[in-house]
Amino acid sequence: MPKFTKSPWVMHYDGSSCNGCDIEVLASMTPLYDIERLGVVNTGDPRQADILLITGGINYYNESVVRQIYSQMPEPKVVVAVGICACSGGVFRDCYNIKGGVDTTIPVDVYVPGCAARPESIIDGIVQALEVLEKKSAASAAPTEGESNA
Amino acid sequence: MKRTIVPFGPQHPVLPEPIHLDLVLEDEKVVEAIPSFGFVHRGMEDLASKRDFNDYLYVVERICGICSYMHGMSYCEGAERIFGVEIPDRAKYLRTIWCELSRLHSHLLWLGLLADAFGFEALFMQSWRIREKILDMVEDSTGGRLISSVNLIGGVARDMDREMLDGFVKQFDKMESELRSLTKVFLKDTTVRARLFEVGVLTKTDAILYGAVGPMMRASGIELDTRKLGYAAYGDIDFDIITSNGCDSLARCEVRIGEIFQSFNIIRQAVAKIPDGEICISVKGNPKGEATVRMEQPRGEALYYMKANGTRNLERFRVRTPTFSNIYSLLKILPGAQFADVPLLILTIDPCISCTER
Repeated sequence: MPKFTKSPWVMHYDGSSCNGCDIEVLASMTPLYDIERLGVVNTGDPRQADILLITGGINYYNESVVRQIYSQMPEPKVVVAVGICACSGGVFRDCYNIKGGVDTTIPVDVYVPGCAARPESIIDGIVQALEVLEKKSAASAAPTEGESNA
Repeated sequence: MKRTIVPFGPQHPVLPEPIHLDLVLEDEKVVEAIPSFGFVHRGMEDLASKRDFNDYLYVVERICGICSYMHGMSYCEGAERIFGVEIPDRAKYLRTIWCELSRLHSHLLWLGLLADAFGFEALFMQSWRIREKILDMVEDSTGGRLISSVNLIGGVARDMDREMLDGFVKQFDKMESELRSLTKVFLKDTTVRARLFEVGVLTKTDAILYGAVGPMMRASGIELDTRKLGYAAYGDIDFDIITSNGCDSLARCEVRIGEIFQSFNIIRQAVAKIPDGEICISVKGNPKGEATVRMEQPRGEALYYMKANGTRNLERFRVRTPTFSNIYSLLKILPGAQFADVPLLILTIDPCISCTER
């Protein structure tokens, strides 16, 4: 795990999960698991968030909501799909209203397995997301070749 | 006065789940709340016609992650009624114990979220710290923290030995004393009282009129609890229905806190009375017939309807969940409330949108 220059803020959105992963995401913020020791703060505002934790699959009604939240987040941003439903649709993949995993709508960087995903694996997923975030911010800080020529 | 419409949700910091309300405001006062639903609708009831009735149990458990155990248990009860089988006594007691453990963790979760809704974060953290101990018990006995998958049609899949049961009861004393000092803050603290007392009043008449269920209804002074029907081992257990005549948010808090301590007592009684013997009987063949099950979930009464036609798939499966019934009461208490109290009032019904929309 590398050293981080910034304190990453996470935001949570419930796609169409059964609540199991949502309360595990919340449980990972509370004293026993305490993700805040990694400098992670839970925020409710997409405009302040670096990492989007999304639980549950995408259905045809919340698709636009998920897209909107994603577009409101500033670059660089990382998406973590928490739980098997967010990864692939899981047990609900045959339901008529389920489109599939989160990656059918927005790009996903880290997949966290489990039904419900355990707080330990959610923390592991966030740590991986932190690495992705560092890489992304390093890439956006360095000027690309095209830009330096212009 | 000029009216403004403020959208609330579906993504909102207070609620982990998506619910959308259009709040019509006059200054700071809510005049009307117009809800829209469907952000977590998956179409699970339709899935019953595609899945084998034994496999569908694991889908039913995922209607809601919080009362997952009770959903699974109700499905099994319904299937057992269709088959006309009686499960062993030990399985009934084990189900009762797990039911109460899920009620405990659900109510503690709610207490924490309520504290978070009025901005008392330390209290939120404390409630969830105690809740983790309950989840450890659930994990020790079933193998899963939330989704336990321990029910089977005909009984339960896992047994608890005497050592484990006594160990649970031994832990309860310490937890109860911790909880007593914690719940004192909810009921006695001046600032907390200022946020809860006489906020969101639902009178007894309105509670009946709008069909409130569970703690929401009991906080309006109606003495009704589906556990008194005596499903599982509740018939052998002595407990009182906890009610309050406050009709406000504080009364709802009081009822749920009372139910937390009651759950400890129910588990103690069940552990003392649990008989030895089988935990599961084998059920063969395909179901044919219909069954209706009523069950008291942490959020209130849930109703299940199952219709089987002798094939491997159920013909119809339908759930009316407690939050669905309570949303009418929510829409009743919102008008007239302050805008700042809206998140709190939504939380006092203990919403489970995942249950409601399935």
